[in-house]
Amino acid sequence: MSEKEWPLYEVFIRSKSGLSHRHAGSIHAADDQMALDAARDTYTRRSEGVSIWVVKSSQIVASDPAETAAFFEPAEDKIYRHPTFYDMPDGVENL
Amino acid sequence: MRKRKSRRKTGCPRPTAAPEGNWLTRAPTLKRKAILLAKIQDEAGHGLYLYSAAETLGVSRNQMVADLLNGKAKYSSIFNYPATTWADIGAIGWLVDGAAIMNQIPLCRCSYGPYSRAMIRICKEESFHQRQGFDILVTLCNGTDEQKAMAQDALNRWWWPSLMMFGPGDKDSKHSAQSMAWKIKRFSNDELRQKFIDVTVPQAEFLGLKVPDDDLEFDESTGHYRHGEIDWQEFVDVLAGNGPCNRQRMAKRRKAHDDGAWVREAARAYAEKHAAKDAA
Repeated sequence: MSEKEWPLYEVFIRSKSGLSHRHAGSIHAADDQMALDAARDTYTRRSEGVSIWVVKSSQIVASDPAETAAFFEPAEDKIYRHPTFYDMPDGVENL
Repeated sequence: MRKRKSRRKTGCPRPTAAPEGNWLTRAPTLKRKAILLAKIQDEAGHGLYLYSAAETLGVSRNQMVADLLNGKAKYSSIFNYPATTWADIGAIGWLVDGAAIMNQIPLCRCSYGPYSRAMIRICKEESFHQRQGFDILVTLCNGTDEQKAMAQDALNRWWWPSLMMFGPGDKDSKHSAQSMAWKIKRFSNDELRQKFIDVTVPQAEFLGLKVPDDDLEFDESTGHYRHGEIDWQEFVDVLAGNGPCNRQRMAKRRKAHDDGAWVREAARAYAEKHAAKDAA
């Protein structure tokens, strides 16, 4: 088995207009067009999508799971970003 | 080792056709053919979902395909039985896909995300497979005496291998404890097998077919069916490569891979040529 492996693509599908694309899975393909065709055949056989993005897995930059705590730490102590942080005086409405 | 039976006796297809694929060109109507094609396309998709999930553990796709072709990787023992009549396509959908669903539904909630997500997709699609199988048998059982006999014969041959799909009994299962500890497996082999029998026997009764187990009996006190002894030696033999169609199945798989080599080669050459053009 000395064959060179086809690149891995990640597949993102928009299930209907107005929604965002969501990761559906991955496929191997020799080139971009084949990746789109294979993604359609593999992940939308029952009309699960109206749009597909494929992107080479090697092109994705991801945060490091081992660094999760430190990476997201800046958001931890800023509870004033949430509306529930503020006590509204009684009698004030529509706020 | 058991003496190898002749192809005529085992009913195995020639190595040029996979057991189920043989019936594509022999389906009784165009509708049945289109449905079987759709089912087989789903099954190929299921293979891809699972390979993708397994790749996240760090094994390359090529390595896994190589392991399958050289016999290192196991595949479900059920694929080594022949589909000798059209009724077998019904029995495979109803029983084999039915047993698979029973196994796979709890896997949708297993602890490994990529596996669980693949299983959710698979379970959604398997339900169509099981119903199309049952639909074939309903039609045969409402047909001529010969058609009904064909359905009964298919049930006779597929019943026990389907029960074996759940794996060895709990006390003999080698991998269960580890899979349970990792929360990959949520129910034991025997629990799932019992569940399958409990839901399937009434379906056989609906078809007017007899489950080929003389010891099968409903136990009022437990609310479950008691079943006869499973021939585990047959299971061991099939896993060891000596089932009715192991060699044909593997030969077919290797041939398909070899026959596709020029397609993979051409796709790669095309991709390289266009990548070079775009760079220029």
